[in-house]
Amino acid sequence: MVKNLLGIKGWIAAGRFSLQRYAYTLQRITGLGIITYLLMHLYVTGFKIKGKAAWNGIMETVHHPILHFFEFLLFVGVIFHALNGFRLILAEFGIGIGKPGRQVYPYTTSVDRQKGFFFFLMFLVLIIVLVGAADFYLLPK
Amino acid sequence: MAEKNLESKFETHLKDVTFKVLRYSGEGDSTKFEEYKVPVIGGMTVLEGLIYIKENLDNTLSWRASCRMGICGSCGMFINNFPMLACQTQIMDLNSDVIEIKPMPNYPIIKDLVPDLTKLIEKHKSIKPYILRNDNAPEEIEGEFYQGVEELERYEQFTFCIKCGICLAACPTVATAEEFTGPQALAQAYRYSVDTRDQGFDERKEVVDNPLGVFRCHFAGSCSEACPKGVDPALAIQLLKKAIVKDSLFGKKLVHDTKILPIKQENPKKKDNIPPAPPKSVE
Repeated sequence: MVKNLLGIKGWIAAGRFSLQRYAYTLQRITGLGIITYLLMHLYVTGFKIKGKAAWNGIMETVHHPILHFFEFLLFVGVIFHALNGFRLILAEFGIGIGKPGRQVYPYTTSVDRQKGFFFFLMFLVLIIVLVGAADFYLLPK
Repeated sequence: MAEKNLESKFETHLKDVTFKVLRYSGEGDSTKFEEYKVPVIGGMTVLEGLIYIKENLDNTLSWRASCRMGICGSCGMFINNFPMLACQTQIMDLNSDVIEIKPMPNYPIIKDLVPDLTKLIEKHKSIKPYILRNDNAPEEIEGEFYQGVEELERYEQFTFCIKCGICLAACPTVATAEEFTGPQALAQAYRYSVDTRDQGFDERKEVVDNPLGVFRCHFAGSCSEACPKGVDPALAIQLLKKAIVKDSLFGKKLVHDTKILPIKQENPKKKDNIPPAPPKSVE
């Protein structure tokens, strides 16, 4: 028998599903990103106990433009993870996903009922990210 | 005669559609696509297209189907990148000249388009999909369980599950965590636990409240999108999570106060205006 498990492909290109499925994938990826950042952050701030010279040295490395860009990516990830996570917490408490009832074709589902809120949050993410991008790159420091 | 009928049936067909079907012999690991040209007539379903192939083009093609009207849940397939019932999908609705048909993902393939649904049934059984009672009903209880319309509507839509397994094929969590209980079984766990006749919430909680159970679901919602019967498993799973959190944090159990109506013993009064039955005509 062939196993036929989709694996990671099931997260990225599983078929004609709505955007909420891909929000699930992004939520996991951003979650992993945030955890990785936390470890790196602990490592970097750990240099403080090694004295001023070591601290200044690591600070110079950290201020590299590529790392600055990664910092911006982290910001985007955190905003998405927080707002999408807020939607998921509400859903898990049964808020905004409707009540079970008699189904008549064409069926409406909890995913449809949450679509508006999902798009509103994604719009909010976009606005915050744009403001953040301006702050990161355009506004004088 | 039959051949002539078939010819005349497909004479006025709308267009030719290429069926690109994933073939697997049942042995080894190799799979390959095979193409068939199918003449499509109005209202023809993907399942009817497959039947046409088996009858006219290649009789070695295997798939599973029974009722051909969306009730038995046998013909779940991955049609043009979406898990659907072949019998409920009309070819013209797909708006495509090429239809790619693969067996449902996340299940082992037995042969061609036939998936092995053993895991689905095992998971379904694991959540005890029947009414559980602490007392010895119905032996000890004289009467019948009363259920109002509102109480019925709490679980009614989840009873429409036909165990086709499409939700597990759609679920991104099952794709990477094979042992995840899955939307079908979790929705049924909620369906029985919320039934006012049931007292088995604690027993089912033991099965589903673990890292591979209800909390592995992160509401991608694909199960509900794909479900051909409008069961909305994602909704049931979120409500089950809520019930379990309420129980674990606040000790509020999903316990029902089952109302029991006594059975009326006396015979109903016969109406006067009903005429007597005619005499027997056959002995």
